[in-house]
Amino acid sequence: MDISSFVLFWAAIFTSNILLTNFLGMCSYLSVSREMESSFGLGISVLFVLTVTTGLNWLVYRYILVPFDIVYLQYIVFIIVIAAFVQLLELVIERYAPALYYTLGIFLPLITVNCAIFGVSLFMVIRNYNFLQSIAFGAGSGIGWMLAILMLAAIRRKLKEKLVPTGLQGVGISLIITGIMALAFVGFSGIVQVQ
Amino acid sequence: MLLMILKDVAVLSAIGVSLATVMVIAGRWLSNYGECKIDINGKREVTITGGTSLLSSLSDKQIFLPSACGGRGSCGACKCKVISGGGPLLPTEKPLLSKEEIAEGNIRLACQVKVKSDVKIEIPSSIFNIRRFHATIAEIIDLTYDIKEITFKFAEGEKIDFLAGQYVQLESEPYNKVKERVTRAYSISSKPEINDALQLIIRYVPEGICTTWVHKHLKVGDKVSLTGPYGDFYLRDTQADIIFVAGGSGKAPIKSILEHLQVTGTSRRMTYFFGARTPKDLYLTEEMKALEQVFSEFKYEPVLSAAKPEDKWTGKTGYVMPYFAETIRDPKNTEAYLCGSPGMINAVQKALIENGIPTDKIYYDSFG
Repeated sequence: MDISSFVLFWAAIFTSNILLTNFLGMCSYLSVSREMESSFGLGISVLFVLTVTTGLNWLVYRYILVPFDIVYLQYIVFIIVIAAFVQLLELVIERYAPALYYTLGIFLPLITVNCAIFGVSLFMVIRNYNFLQSIAFGAGSGIGWMLAILMLAAIRRKLKEKLVPTGLQGVGISLIITGIMALAFVGFSGIVQVQ
Repeated sequence: MLLMILKDVAVLSAIGVSLATVMVIAGRWLSNYGECKIDINGKREVTITGGTSLLSSLSDKQIFLPSACGGRGSCGACKCKVISGGGPLLPTEKPLLSKEEIAEGNIRLACQVKVKSDVKIEIPSSIFNIRRFHATIAEIIDLTYDIKEITFKFAEGEKIDFLAGQYVQLESEPYNKVKERVTRAYSISSKPEINDALQLIIRYVPEGICTTWVHKHLKVGDKVSLTGPYGDFYLRDTQADIIFVAGGSGKAPIKSILEHLQVTGTSRRMTYFFGARTPKDLYLTEEMKALEQVFSEFKYEPVLSAAKPEDKWTGKTGYVMPYFAETIRDPKNTEAYLCGSPGMINAVQKALIENGIPTDKIYYDSFG
């Protein structure tokens, strides 16, 4: 795909936000967005893991899966790589940055099953990104995901003082808000074409 | 074709194995915290292998902090003071600590604190008294349709030293579909003078993992494991008047206290209110009534909240609270001992305070 990494980075944040245009990574997005603090913690973790695993998966894809002709196993391999990396990261953080571990600790295992992470790795393959593009796309998507969850958390904080119809409380109203946010983001989508 | 499949499997396995190897090596190297020392009350020091929770490190050394949930961070019973080496307060601990405890800064849940360096802690010295007992079920008696009294006989040479009113933790064995062991707290109903056995009064809780095990699966002769004694619900050694209030299986610790008093003798003025719904929820009534003859001033008052006309109940009815006013002689010189459900404890506590009993003289054991 012929698109500069710089443009791709910004496009991943705004015009093709992984969460708001592809609706990936919804579970933790909905369940953790109750508080700003945890949303930020999870956002940072997703950003970091997304950037690194996209790079790792690109290397694995390019130098293992393609040469051995087992591209069809990419789903399994990508998930194993993501899971192993998250585990490793957890060990490293616990050892060397206890304070950070206590902030992120409970979110890290959640990330293994965050489909945004897996989705980005798959997009990178489908769209034929090179290494630099993949990293840029991963980092951009991470920031985009974090932006989305922070926005929802902020809105939900405001919502706590508002009257929400009983049937819509919690996830219901969050999904409606997400829909409206998605509409706003889709408005930018014509600016850059990444598909 | 077969070769291709084999090659694919081999490559996939190679990826898996190499990642796993990296993980194992990293785990060995990163999670190795070496030997850590736990300094307890500045008096005793134990050396453990770092990396596990404070609660389990201590129990490996035969020091048993109370824990009703088995270390899952849901009961808050294992609170202790961690003076140094505990790291920052975790999000998993906050919900179980009060504002005052958080402000104090060093109250922690032992099951959540991981020992990664030398740690200094403070625990009540009575905890050293807590140990594990191996017991055989000697007798199971049905007290009511849903309450059983179980007698545990300790293994040869094991003796328990407890205060009347304290509780033990019983560990359930796996049964049917329940694969896990759970630990639940039950008050001792026998008197402390008997030290080679103990009795528990256990009420059946529908769907309760441990009570179902006790009621449907436990047989005479079975071997079980208990730890204890725990708790600060015990009789204070004063001359004040006493009001006991119990409901359901809350009779257990009060029975222990009364039987203990029967041995030591007392002239304290005591009233015992036992709240139940119907006559079939009452048990040990004759035994309790008989104690009225033993003590100089003791009254046992069962109070039924849902007695039907056909029950021909002639005793007190309704809730226990309205009867406090006529019972209390000198509120400032009265102690109250409550044991029952949290709802009952709250209501009774409120009524006692309204009747002028000082808050610090109300002792309770709530089945949270």
